[in-house]
Formats: sequence, structure tokens, C-alpha cells
Amino acid sequence: MAKTGALDPRDRGGKAQPLLTVQNLRKHFPVRGGVLNRVKATVHAVDDVSFSVRKGETLGIVGESGCGKSTTARLLMQLIAPDEGTLIFDGDEVGATGGISVAAMRRQMQMVFQDSYSSLNPRMTMVDSIAYAPHMHGVPKRRAYEEAESLLAQVGLNPQQHARRYPHEMSGGQRQRVNIARALALEPRLVILDEAVSALDKSVEAQVLNLLRELKARFDLTYIFISHDLNVVEYVSDRVMVMYLGQVVESGPVEAIYRQPRHPYTRALLASKPSMDPDKRTTAMPLTGDPPNPIDPPSGCRFRTRCSYARDICAAAIPPLAPPMVDDGPAEHLVACVVPEAQEGRVLTHA
Amino acid sequence: MLLFSLRRLMLAIPTLLGVSLVVFGLVHIAPGNPIDMLMPPEASPEAIAQMKIAYGFDKPLYIQYFLWLGHAAVGQFGLSVFNATPVWDQLVVALGNTVQLALLAAFFGFGFGIVLGLLSAAYYGKWPDKLFSAITTAGVSLPHYWCAIVLVMLCAVLHDWLPAQGMGDDSLPFYERLQYMILPVVTLMLIPMGVIGRLVRARVLDIISQDFVGALSAKGLTRWPVLRHIIKNAAPPVLALMGLQFGYLLGGSILIETVFNWPGSGNLLNLAIFRRDIPVLQATILVLATFFVLLNLAVDVIQAAIDPRIRR
Amino acid sequence: MASDTTMAQPGTLAAPAAAFIAPAGYWKLVRRRLLRDKTTLFVTAMLVAIVFISLAAPWVTSYDPYQGSIMLRLKPIGTPGHWLGTDETGRDIWTRLCYGGRLSLLAGVVPVAVSLVVGSFLGIVAGFVGGRIGTLIMRTMDVFYAFPSILLAVAICGLLGNGLTNSIIALAVVFIPPMVRIAETVTAQTRQLDFVEAARAGGTSTMQIIRHHILSNVLGTILVYATSLISLSIILSAGLSFLGLGVTPPQAEWGLMLNSLRQAIYVQPYVAALPGLLIFVTSMCFNLMSDGLRGAMDVRLNR
Ligand SMILES: Nc1ncnc2c1ncn2[C@@H]1O[C@H](COP(=O)(O)OP(=O)(O)O)[C@@H](O)[C@H]1O
Ligand SMILES: [Mg+2]
Repeated sequence: MAKTGALDPRDRGGKAQPLLTVQNLRKHFPVRGGVLNRVKATVHAVDDVSFSVRKGETLGIVGESGCGKSTTARLLMQLIAPDEGTLIFDGDEVGATGGISVAAMRRQMQMVFQDSYSSLNPRMTMVDSIAYAPHMHGVPKRRAYEEAESLLAQVGLNPQQHARRYPHEMSGGQRQRVNIARALALEPRLVILDEAVSALDKSVEAQVLNLLRELKARFDLTYIFISHDLNVVEYVSDRVMVMYLGQVVESGPVEAIYRQPRHPYTRALLASKPSMDPDKRTTAMPLTGDPPNPIDPPSGCRFRTRCSYARDICAAAIPPLAPPMVDDGPAEHLVACVVPEAQEGRVLTHA
Repeated sequence: MLLFSLRRLMLAIPTLLGVSLVVFGLVHIAPGNPIDMLMPPEASPEAIAQMKIAYGFDKPLYIQYFLWLGHAAVGQFGLSVFNATPVWDQLVVALGNTVQLALLAAFFGFGFGIVLGLLSAAYYGKWPDKLFSAITTAGVSLPHYWCAIVLVMLCAVLHDWLPAQGMGDDSLPFYERLQYMILPVVTLMLIPMGVIGRLVRARVLDIISQDFVGALSAKGLTRWPVLRHIIKNAAPPVLALMGLQFGYLLGGSILIETVFNWPGSGNLLNLAIFRRDIPVLQATILVLATFFVLLNLAVDVIQAAIDPRIRR
Repeated sequence: MASDTTMAQPGTLAAPAAAFIAPAGYWKLVRRRLLRDKTTLFVTAMLVAIVFISLAAPWVTSYDPYQGSIMLRLKPIGTPGHWLGTDETGRDIWTRLCYGGRLSLLAGVVPVAVSLVVGSFLGIVAGFVGGRIGTLIMRTMDVFYAFPSILLAVAICGLLGNGLTNSIIALAVVFIPPMVRIAETVTAQTRQLDFVEAARAGGTSTMQIIRHHILSNVLGTILVYATSLISLSIILSAGLSFLGLGVTPPQAEWGLMLNSLRQAIYVQPYVAALPGLLIFVTSMCFNLMSDGLRGAMDVRLNR
């Protein structure tokens, strides 16, 4: 099961080819209402999102709750159908002729959900849950269960003690370890962690984060790590993507994003982050205005209604993701903002 | 609020259409040709053909349905096959008699239910509470038609306290006619009393445990602000259940009316079944079910008016 | 509120109970709770006795349930040789009550079983598939919900004609809509739990998800509800016979016996009340058993 060092036979394009490329992903949810229950509005949950995940990296996705992180994750897993967009998994387009099938992709991509309790069938024991999917895929029952027990050990649970337990007999941290084991049982290459540690106590969270790091090295995994907790994302990610109202507003290497945020939203987000060190707190303005509402968002830049740099040009068109105008930083740093002052975070003087 | 009412009304319309379809359809999937039920077996073929045209049975089924529905919508249910009087007239009289009983039974049943529910919540776990739950558990398992028979046995057979059957002659003085109502009303009110009492008890206990977490004992029920808070929070579900129960009193009275020979809508329905009087039968069922749907609608709207959280 | 509107009583059909997802290890706990619950044990024993006596009717009585004697009409309780008296055609009441249990229980239990199967099938489909099919199923059920249950049963029986089969059909039609509603609610609630998504992400097919993940979690709730319906079903089926719409004479059935003995109320009031008493006791036992089961299965109580 461990494939340390050895070349994964499923690796097709080599190290340089992104493991997953997402192009123009879009998902709108209709909101019904009124006397006739007609569609009244649409939630722009995910709107024209493109990014790629490199082999072996951890891509962090941050943003306020409701900005479309989970929807993105569910779209990637094909748990819901996108309105538009393509997924390319290791060079193969998902669901296209000549590409890779959804079923085949799902075996290489797994997901861990936030709620550790509702993620587990309450009538199945821990090994049942872990062995279930491999068994459904044709692994003989005996072997599926043996491997499930070994996985339990790998995620730091004693099989003798925990294998036959039911979800309600375990703590939240233990259940989340089992959920991780279940995701790994299909030997995926990419694991999406949607707020996987957000519901845990701080000390347990740290343990699970360390476990994730260990497993990543041992099984040669790639992570998409979704969280609203900026500190945790900073801790685990290689690259970070910031989302606002269903769109990507900034992405780049974790140091660049945290040290030199270029989007006023990212800056505001970081400013409101509870920092361990009071000296490091930035002085940018905290978020003002209405909380984000993905139903019928503003035209152009979606952040402009809360942005103190906003001007006419911001309403005209959605700013494209592009390298910062004012920067000499890493080339992969991209920001969706067209106002140089805003990118610099210059203090405004006019009234 | 208006929007909610309108939406709720829009939902009721297809339901009512479905109800009419069921009532109409039941007659047609029933064994036997409705014509055979209308005519004596020795009738001549010409007479049968004439009858078919008169009742519209020669037309396709869906046209028959729309004709029937159109007439029904304006209270035109035709003539009773049994005694050739207009169905609507019979129905109005019968419904009036049923409503008399239902109103009285609802008044006493709900009243006693609320009082008993409050009392057993106030004496939670003590003997009044236990007595009450024993009574209601027995009450919900009670075949109420049997209960009616037992009451007749007690009050009319073993003792000569009350009349056993009918609704008395019009010439009788008012209080004597009232005597005819006592047994049916007592029988009918038992179930609403038990059901409402149980709900009131459960709601009150729930509210006390949630909102006053130990700050107030159940004894606080006697203090007006506490009582007002509880009434406000317990009212919507209790009201909804009352509406439902009133509907059952109207639509489910057939067994009781049969035992007491009370000339209400249930009795009319029973007679119509045994006389194979299809127009009366269809009309009674349709009108009772429509009543029930509209009652539910009214309850929903009132409930939403009290508690805005319900509006969705 | 759920448990208070779900209780069985003539005319009332429950609003869907809130779904709860029960952990499996807890069946042991349920059994332990039940074994400690004296009331439930007692009523279950009573029910077993009633079922046994009606099945063993030919052995517990020596009379023929259909053969009466003109000489022995309407004898009171305590008559030598006929300890519960005789009916209006001189048949032994004890004998008829024993035999009557067969049809009364059958007519009460079968509709619930039928509605359990049909209702949970439709409900699970509606709850899992949703969309147009789900809406169609649920709107159709709303139509049947629009009739007070006795009215609907009487209407169906009255039009289809009387007889055991029609009475069973009528009551099944009455019980299917609430069963569908509960199954639909619980299924829809279960379906959106993450473990169903996780199973799909693991490549499990829809049928497998329903079989392994939905059914096991939905069935408990539906079964408890079904047991609570039996009491009502027994009252209603006997009520139909009482109106002359169910089982036909000369068969022995409690509701029908109550109907024919009603004429004798002025002669032998106590004898006339006996069949109803049995309906009452049986329905109460089912009710209490269902209450006990519900209590033992309540996840919120930690006893
Ligand atoms: N199935 C759905 N139907 C309608 N709206 C949805 C659905 N799923 C998500 N949304 C909406 O899409 C937006 C994004 O949700 P989500 O992806 O869960 O955000 P996040 O995970 O970032 O908190 C929210 O406004 C949410 O209400
Ligand atoms: Mg989320």
C-alpha cells in the first residue's frame, strides 16, 4: 500500500503536468419563491473559476463562509453537475470522449467533509465504513477489511480498540481520522479536505493536521485544503487561492499572499485574522459594508461595494486574474484587481 | 403574509381538484354500472337509454367529470335517486345537524383538553398528571362507537336519564331537545379532549424546560406573564391540531351518528351507501372533504399570522 | 410535538415524525430497555395470548361459531355452558369472540403491513429521487390526505362493496399517505447527510446507496410508526364492519358482532358490550406496545 519513493504507475504526464486543471467552472443555483414557485433569483455560487493543482502540493482555498468553497469541492468531485467548465485530471479531460471517466476520476480523487459525525453511516462500524467502497469496487471482503484495519493503524487509531466501534462511540477527532482513512482506502492521488479540521478543538486540530502532513508524504498525496481559518491555511498550504462571492480574487504562493496581499479583499481578510503576534497585525481597514450575498452580485468587480478604492472602472467589467501591476514578486502571484493604489494598499487621502 | 396565504391557496386548488377526481373516480371503478343502480332491474332498454342521456352517462368519461364538477361547483348535485329530492337540500340540513354536534363537542373537548393539559403540566409527575395520562392513553385506544354504546347502556338502558337516539321533535322545548345532544356530544368530545390535552401538556413542559431553564417551577403557571408567554408559544401547534380535530368531528362523525341515529351528514352518507344513492354519496363526500381542505388552509393561514417563523 | 400528533386514534393520522438516525450498536440498548419495561412486557404478553387464543379457537371452545340454538337466544353472562352468554341467534359469545379475533386481527394488521411496504417504497423513491417524480408522488398523497381517514375508508368500502378484501384495501389506502410522508421526510433527511455523499464520491451506485445506507437508517422510524398505526387500524376495521361495510355476516368479527348485538342492548346490555371491550383492550395493548417501543428507541433518553 505504501508507495514511498516509487513512481506511481498512474502518473502520466510527469511532475510538470498539473494533477488537476479546472477551467471556467460555473454553478448557479436557482432560488424559487413567489406564489407560483418560479425561479426568482440565482445564487452565483461558483462563477467562472479556473485554477490548477500541481502534483504533490497543498492548495489552500480561503474565503468567508458562503463564498462557494464547498460548492467548488463538490463540483470537483462531480457530486453535483457543473453548469459549465472542464476538469482535466493529469492530462485527461474528465467525462469527455478519449478522456477519463467520472468513475475513474473518483477513484483517484477523494474528499473529507467537515462534519465528522454525519460523514459516517451511524449503523456501520469503523471498519465497515472504510472497507465499504473498496469492497463495492471488487476487493474481496477479507482483504478489504484487513486493509481497513491497517489504514486505521496508519491514521493513528488502534484497530483492536476502534475497528468495531460505531460513530457515536468515538470522539470528533477520532471520527475525522476514520473519515481520512476511508478517503485513503481507494488509494486516491488527490484528497479534497473541505473544512476537515474546522470542527475540531484546537489541540486535536493540530494533531490531525500533523497526521495529514505525514500521510501526504507517505502516500505521495496532493491536497486541496479548504478552510475559512487563515492561520491553518497558512500553516498547511504551499499555494493559496482566495475566493470572494464565487470568484477567485487572488492566488499565489503562500508567502506572497500572506506577506504581500495584493487584493484589497485579501488584505481586509488578513487584517481581521486573529494573529498570535500583536506586532504583525496589519493596519489595513477591516471589512465594512454588507456581508457577501451571492444572489445577484454586483456587476464588474464583486468586491467593489465594500471596497474603499472602488471607482467607475471597477463596475465596468470583471477584473481578470493577472500578475500584480506594481510587483516584482513571484510570477505565479495573480490578482483580480485593476486599481494600482488598491493593489499597493496605499492609504487614501481624499474624502 | 398575503403572499403566504395566496401560495397556500394555490396549493389547495390542485388538492381540491384531486379530491373531486377521487370522488368521481371511485364511483366509476366501483363494480357495477351506475345505471343499474339507478334503475329497477325490469326496466325497458328504452328507459335505460333515456336515463343514460338524462344523467349524461352516454358521454365520454372525462366530459362527464367536467359536467359533474361544473355543477358541483355551484351546488348542483342533482336529485337523490332514492327520494327524488334535491341532493343539496338534504345535504344542507344534514350538515347543519352535524355542525351543531361538532361545535359543541369542539367547545367542550378543546376547553377541557386545555384545562387538563395545563393541570397535568403543573402537576408534572404527580398523581393528577398520571391520572390524566392514563385516561388519555385509554382514550386514544377507545373505539368511540363502542363508547357511545356503553354510554347509551348506562344512561338510557340501565337508568332512564337521557334519550338514546335521534334529535327529538321540533315541538319539544329547547332544553328537552338539548338532552338529545348530551350523549353524542360527550362521546364526540372525548377524543379531541385527550388529543389536545396531551399536546398542551407536552408543549407547556417543553416551553418551561426551554425558556425558563429551572428559573421558574411549573407552579409559575399561575402567574399571568408566565402564562401569557406559554400561551403565545404553545398556541400555533395547538391551534393547528384543533383545526384538524374539528375537521375530524365534521368528517368522521359517521360512526357516532349511526349509533345515535342523529340525522347528520354521516348518517346521510351511511344511508346513501346502503341505498346506492350515488348523487347523494358523491356530494356528501365531496363537500365534507372540501370542508376539511379549506379548514386546513384556514388553520395554516391563522398559524402563520400568529407565528411568522412558519411562513416560508 | 411529533409523538403527540402521531398517536393513534380514530380519525387522526400523524404528521411525519422527526427523523432520527439511530446508531446500530444501540439495538442492544433498545432490547435492554424493553426488557426492563414492565408495562410493555405485560401488554405484549396480553397480545400474544389474544393471538394464541384466536388461532387456537377450535381447541379453546367446543361450540360451532356459526351454529346457534333458538332456545338459547340472548342468555346473560354466567349462563351454565355459555359463560359469556349467547347472541341474538343463540350462538355462544365466547366462541364467537375467540373466532372473531382471527378476522379482527387480520383486518387490522394486514392494511398496516400493506401500507408499510407500498408506503415506504413510494416514500423512499420520492425522498431519494425528488424532482418531478417526487413532487408527483407527494401531491397525490396530499389528495388522499385531504379526506378525514374514516370518511375515506367509508367512501372506498361503500363504493367497492363490503367484504374483508375491500376493507383491507380501503384501510391500506388510508394508511399509505402518512407512511409515504414519513418515509419521504426521513429519506430526504438521510440523503443529504454527508455519508451518502461520501458513498457517492466512493463510486457507490444509487441502488447500493439505497440498500446499504438509506434503508437501514429509514426503516427503524417507519417500523415504529407502523406499530402505532395497528391500534388505529383495528379500531377502524372493526368500525367498518360495525357500519356493515366490512366483514359480512355470518362471519365472526368483533365489529360485526358489536353491530348485531347492538339491537340487543335493551335485553342483555353487558353481553352487547363485550366485543367492543375486546376491540378496546386489543387496540390499547398495541398502543402501549408501540409507546414502549418508541420510548425504548428514543435516542434522546439516556437511560
Ligand atoms: N444546493 C444548493 N442550492 C442552493 N444554493 C446553494 C446550494 N449549495 C450552496 N448554495 C449556496 O451557494 C453559496 C456557496 O455555498 P458554499 O459553497 O457552501 O460556501 P462555503 O463552503 O464557501 O461556505 C451559498 O450562498 C449557498 O447558500
Ligand atoms: Mg463550506
